[in-house]
Amino acid sequence: MKLESRAPTGPLADKWNSHRFNVKLVAPQNRRKFDIIVVGTGLAGASAAATLGEAGYNVKSFCFQDSPRRAHSIAAQGGINAAKNYRNDGDSVHRLFYDTIKGGDYRAREANVHRLAEISVQIIDQCVAQGVPFAREYSGLLDNRSFGGAQVSRTFYARGQTGQQLELGAYQALARQVEAGTVDLYTRHEMLELVVTEGRAAGIVVRDLVTGEITSHSAHAVVLATGGYTNVFFLSTGAKGCNTTAIWRAHRKGALFANPCYTQIHPTCIPVSGDYQSKLTLMSESLRNDGRIWVPKDANDRRSPGTIPESERDYYLERIYPSFANLVPRDVASRAAKRMVDAGFGVGDLKNGVYLDFGTAISRLGRATIEARYGNLFEMYANITGEDPYAVPMRIYPAPHYTMGGLWVDYNLMSNLPGLYVIGEANFSDHGANRLGASALMQGLADGYFVLPATISEYLAGQLGQPSPDPAGSAFKEAEGAVRERVGRLLGIKGSRSVDWFHRRLGRTLWEHCGMGRNADGLKTALADIGSLREEFWNDVRVLGDGESLNQSLEKAGRVADFMELGELLCQDALHREESCGGHFREEHQTPDGEAMRDDENFAYVAAWEFKGEGKPAELHKEELEFEYVHPSQRSYK
Amino acid sequence: MKLTLRVWRQKGPSDEGRFETYDVPDANEHMSFLEMLDVVNESLIADNHDPIAFDHDCREGICGMCGIVINGRPHGPKKHTTTCQLHMRNFSDGDEITVEPWRANAFPVVKDLVVNRSAFDRIIEAGGYVSAATGSAPEANSLPVPKADADLAMDAAACIGCGACVAACPNGAAQLFTSAKVGHLGLLPQGQAERWSRVVAMVERMEEFFGSCTNYGECEQACPKGISVNFIARMNREYLKAKFKDGRKLARGALGDE
Ligand SMILES: Cc1cc2nc3c(=O)[nH]c(=O)nc-3n(C[C@H](O)[C@H](O)[C@H](O)COP(=O)(O)OP(=O)(O)OC[C@H]3O[C@@H](n4cnc5c(N)ncnc54)[C@H](O)[C@@H]3O)c2cc1C
Ligand code: FES
Repeated sequence: MKLESRAPTGPLADKWNSHRFNVKLVAPQNRRKFDIIVVGTGLAGASAAATLGEAGYNVKSFCFQDSPRRAHSIAAQGGINAAKNYRNDGDSVHRLFYDTIKGGDYRAREANVHRLAEISVQIIDQCVAQGVPFAREYSGLLDNRSFGGAQVSRTFYARGQTGQQLELGAYQALARQVEAGTVDLYTRHEMLELVVTEGRAAGIVVRDLVTGEITSHSAHAVVLATGGYTNVFFLSTGAKGCNTTAIWRAHRKGALFANPCYTQIHPTCIPVSGDYQSKLTLMSESLRNDGRIWVPKDANDRRSPGTIPESERDYYLERIYPSFANLVPRDVASRAAKRMVDAGFGVGDLKNGVYLDFGTAISRLGRATIEARYGNLFEMYANITGEDPYAVPMRIYPAPHYTMGGLWVDYNLMSNLPGLYVIGEANFSDHGANRLGASALMQGLADGYFVLPATISEYLAGQLGQPSPDPAGSAFKEAEGAVRERVGRLLGIKGSRSVDWFHRRLGRTLWEHCGMGRNADGLKTALADIGSLREEFWNDVRVLGDGESLNQSLEKAGRVADFMELGELLCQDALHREESCGGHFREEHQTPDGEAMRDDENFAYVAAWEFKGEGKPAELHKEELEFEYVHPSQRSYK
Repeated sequence: MKLTLRVWRQKGPSDEGRFETYDVPDANEHMSFLEMLDVVNESLIADNHDPIAFDHDCREGICGMCGIVINGRPHGPKKHTTTCQLHMRNFSDGDEITVEPWRANAFPVVKDLVVNRSAFDRIIEAGGYVSAATGSAPEANSLPVPKADADLAMDAAACIGCGACVAACPNGAAQLFTSAKVGHLGLLPQGQAERWSRVVAMVERMEEFFGSCTNYGECEQACPKGISVNFIARMNREYLKAKFKDGRKLARGALGDE
């Protein structure tokens, strides 16, 4: 299979503009003849559904929560990047492009990333016009803060609730279209199958989570905006419902899965406190603007942090990376924390964290300023740990947070299956092997408000005059049958172990062997373990209740079954990529001082995997990455 | 710690429902309330009993999905805290805890502790937005917003739509929820063009589903985000003002500010 990125030729800065001119259009009066399904109502899905509805298409929007507003984007805290250069500190579209390519360790497509940087400025305009209450200065103009991996201040924010406010903006735009009748809303509906006819995406099969009813929906195009798959690790900063089912089902139907092993471990999360732990809570990266990370110089120092003198603290990020210091990119910060904890310098009762200390900032700026900047995060920390972060440094440790991998898409955001589009965190996206902070919100909204609505007509124009496929057709009946069979199978096993038991096991295996550090032996062990866990699951899982009503165990069981298959692909990808890059750290490939060592000669490609059957190795397809404008070099944040 | 739970179990919307009692032999103070329920559910499953259904997603106090009445109080005893962020250190060994769903006419029970809150979406659909079509926006800094207005708008916009305000209200009214959105958008210059038509449309849609407000103020007490009842007063004033305005212009949704 030849993978065509369809990235336009011509000078980098003109590509998007000239592409928009060359794309086929659908005239306004013809748009209502097209049905489009959008699965997901996060930043990507809600912005896409709203914009396509405004344009005049017939849109159906699906989500599994009880309201579109609750998509996981709502939990994003820190901010959204844009190359506005309001600080006059040397920012530009080109710099945001450059920082993103470099931050991603040279594993993203130049044309896509440049487009993202260009669109970033329009996103802020759009959101302000919708009434997103971004933080402002006394002048009434917009404020900015700094995020990791950049030496400029380009992050826009709304207290510690930026994701919430952007999500509500997109949700409200969607609500306006629901009222206008251009969008039909299906909440508490889960997509369980993609329907493909004659090689094209034709629709989806969903289960109504309240009644258990299984139905088909057909359309001219299907858009998946179903978020990331970090919950494959069980413990992550993701919401409990985040899953891979929508994209995994599409993968099984032929969509290629790109770079699954590029997972991001976020450096600043609250450490695990016990076996019952159900998720990990992020403490926003923005805290690294004012917080300083340290461990005691003496591994056996058990004194309370406040009594340890300055001279006996190791501010290791400031020591090792003086020019970026506490604001090195996430992958670098996470590995540094792991090295400290592995070497016995961990803090807290379980010695499983490092300090994030606001002492210096509080004495410099005063408590009130820190409270205004991070009040809600401090409150959340105090709620969870019972400790007061104004008085005692926070304890933090890395946790799975974001997935750069996802379904492969071309420059138009279409997968290799014609008519299937993938946007937001669900695609393999623009972040290469590591995403910079505050860039996921930017990408989700760029995809949904601006890119997809401009590119989808290229495909639709060719279908003018054709009705959308018949949802009573044989492909739909078959897909519905498969869903019913699977639901019946899960309920029929009546084994001895709960779904969570399997999910925790899967998560532990992946965290151990395919987390922050990976090596060939570990990955082979994980592959064997997950294979047998998957078999055990299908023989011994216990799902009580029936399929005709709200059954949360059944929902989880379907998701965990897909996570197990994905877990195997993750390990397969990690094993094949004999280099370290960004979030993928192969212990065999590191520089003498422990930094990631890429192999550009052999691995400067996107690994796109084709499904070959359950338990069978997937087949690799490569999209070579070409760098015309940025010369890949060893990343240095020193 | 050892706890006894009295939990509302209801198979479906038409089932009558009843309390059932469960012993929790070893809850830990670092658990969240929902993690404690996870542990109960694991033991129910082990005994072949249907686990307790409850809504949740982010478990970070922001998505608004969780919501349980704990000992008679929506989201439990701790102020400004959602159920998912409530930790067991707020309880004591030997406590008996009553666990119920939101009780409100507009929020019918789906199962156990899960209710249907879609009436909230209907209120937003009636007008809880600025009609700024994608692509039509002016440069973001072209319209400065006084910091005080932006901050107050943000206080209102912090609403997570969980429904605790309705569950706490003896009348099952949704004034706090509705006024938070009216306040958020009405305080910003971007929200002015539709300011009057918005408040009328949202209030009237709200009244189709919810009871009326008689100023008990329980909503503010229950709100995990501390949204102030001042927004209700503000909404009432705006609604009256809008009603006195030119009815024909209002019908066209184009009253504008004066
Ligand atoms: C705690 C936290 C903080 C973060 N902070 C930041 C930040 O400050 N800045 C930043 O840039 N990024 C941040 N991120 C990352 C960012 O929030 C996400 O990458 C982004 O919001 C993903 O948006 P999305 O639209 O792709 O998916 P989501 O918002 O995850 O939405 C997924 C949607 O798909 C639906 N869905 C999923 N599966 C199915 C199915 N099978 N059937 C039907 N519907 C389905 C869901 O209902 C939901 O509506 C943060 C992430 C986390 C976890
Ligand atoms: S689960 Fe999201 S607010 Fe509680």
